[in-house]
Amino acid sequence: MCLAVPLKLIEIHGNDAIGDAMGVRRKLRVDFIPEPKVGDYVIVHAGFAIERLTEQQALEDLETWEELDEALRS
Amino acid sequence: MTPAELIDAVLALSMEKNVILASYGDMIRVPGSIPGDSLQRRRALGADVRVCYSPMDALDIAEANPTKEVVFLGVGFETTAPGTAAAVLSARERGLRNFSVWSMLKTVEPALRSLMGTEGFNVQGFLCPGHVATILGVEGFRFLPEEYRMPAVIAGFEREDILLAIYKLLKQIAEGRPRIENEYPRAVRAEGNPLARKIMAQCFIPRKDLWRGLGAIPGSGLGLRDAFRDFDAEKKFGVTLPAPAKSACRCGEVITGRLDPAGCPLFGTRCTPEDPVGPCMVSSEGACAAWYKYSDP
Repeated sequence: MCLAVPLKLIEIHGNDAIGDAMGVRRKLRVDFIPEPKVGDYVIVHAGFAIERLTEQQALEDLETWEELDEALRS
Repeated sequence: MTPAELIDAVLALSMEKNVILASYGDMIRVPGSIPGDSLQRRRALGADVRVCYSPMDALDIAEANPTKEVVFLGVGFETTAPGTAAAVLSARERGLRNFSVWSMLKTVEPALRSLMGTEGFNVQGFLCPGHVATILGVEGFRFLPEEYRMPAVIAGFEREDILLAIYKLLKQIAEGRPRIENEYPRAVRAEGNPLARKIMAQCFIPRKDLWRGLGAIPGSGLGLRDAFRDFDAEKKFGVTLPAPAKSACRCGEVITGRLDPAGCPLFGTRCTPEDPVGPCMVSSEGACAAWYKYSDP
């Protein structure tokens, strides 16, 4: 349940949003993020964004996940 | 950390004809007081049990099944409590009358305080859960060093995060300088997420709650406020708790550091990750499950 993969918001309709992580799209809620914007990176817990990350932090995280993903495939 | 007798009550409710039980995936494997008796097993016996990734999924299930009662099992800590609250608010907004929450939600601080007050408590420091801290902030864990002189490091979830947090914790212990350190600053701010806390407080009120292996801890649970009684499964179904069942599971001692998992008579024989008895073995994050996986045979 504690996934640290950041999602990038690509659609927002009220408190419903769609996020993308490494090409995987997922519905989520943004009730707890003040003024969410498309392009924001968020961390998600059980379907809710719980915090916004800076782009730099998010990209560093994603890089780690891609490394891990690659290591698991090889 | 839900006690077996409470799971028994959930299992009984799951067998009601018009009830759909919606739950996070890890909850459906948690056994009640009879080993092997879980929501997973009840589903095989005909109960309608749905796995949700988000509490919002349960609202969709309720909307799609207007003649059924959908009960969402609200479990977890301050991480899942705000989302559960948001789902209740959303259900009210959407006018869903067949949706309710059975709250087994718990809060971290009263439990930690109670743990530290236990006789024989033998823990030298805490790795604080990153996403609880995302909600509560660094401030939410400051009482550990300040009131208990307990070293504390807020940790993330990647391997490097955990390693670094353990290193920092050991350093604090070695130096004899307990403090709160934030090793997960990309997701944890000093003040946490006040908006999430506000929504949580709007729906829930602290109450005494039961913990598996620990008993009742005052103020450690979150019950729905009376304004949301129509969405409170306990009130809707008149839930009463059966008497606590006796179990040989020594989970309570394991999580207070008084017993290594291998010291439990059930460990590795009667209780394994494939067929768990206690919650410490059910979740891959549990102490017994980790001990089983990583210790030498």
